[in-house]
Amino acid sequence: MKGNKKHWYDCLWIVTPIYLGLGFFNILFAWLGMIFFCLPLLISIFGGGKLYCNRYCDRGQFLSLLGGRLKLSRNRPTPRWMRSQAFRYGFLVFFFLMFFQMLWTTYLVGAGARDLGEFVKLFWMFRLPWHWAYHGTIFAPWVAQFAFGFYSIMLTSTLIGVIVMVLFKPRTWCVFCPMGTMTQLICRLRVGKHTEEGEKAHGGEGKAGGGAFEAAGQ
Amino acid sequence: MASKRYAQVGEHCVACGCCVKVCPLGAIQVWKGVAARVDTDRCVGCGKCAGECPAGTISLKARVETV
Repeated sequence: MKGNKKHWYDCLWIVTPIYLGLGFFNILFAWLGMIFFCLPLLISIFGGGKLYCNRYCDRGQFLSLLGGRLKLSRNRPTPRWMRSQAFRYGFLVFFFLMFFQMLWTTYLVGAGARDLGEFVKLFWMFRLPWHWAYHGTIFAPWVAQFAFGFYSIMLTSTLIGVIVMVLFKPRTWCVFCPMGTMTQLICRLRVGKHTEEGEKAHGGEGKAGGGAFEAAGQ
Repeated sequence: MASKRYAQVGEHCVACGCCVKVCPLGAIQVWKGVAARVDTDRCVGCGKCAGECPAGTISLKARVETV
């Protein structure tokens, strides 16, 4: 039987409320979110696979806690359209477009073409006043603008995660999480590369066999 | 004695690892971040992974008896 030993990383769910809470009082803490953005990519690039999603993802743990242990989820199957590849990759593209739009706004503020917007944009549409979280800093205004934009993304994606958690399964967000999609793409590229190298080196025996493991379709 | 069913992972696995956490026998692992894989020898077909999978990509298959 598999042991139920607790690990330090099982408590990482606490990071989500702490991050959102810190951003409520000082928006510059939103920059910490870059860790959640870079770490999964770095782990998968350097051969760690989806270790971040599987073990260290604070949002995944947070949704599991709310939906699983606290039973806030209806635990219904995720709709077919939401599980489709079209939706998954479409959401990734949409997410990237919104991310680059946020970077563009940051650039405009940095260039002095636009004033700092002291608000958080929820669901990429609704302006939510957030002026209390910015007290002026020694940094340039674009630093704060980036923080507002990044916090908007983090808050919106957390809220989407919570909504789909309530409606469907606790970790339905993982099905179309842009970071998960990106890291899986990186892993697929790495495995493809290794398989090709293996085939060359072993004369066709490089296909990663699963032994007794039933291989998932790729 | 082998169970009558075993879990099978479909092609739309997102490798989130939810199934790994709930498997009571540790019969599933995420293979190189690409997809989950089931050790069919250890799997007893309890269906916990299928119930947990947010992508709905795990199904239970009947074992084919071999003589």
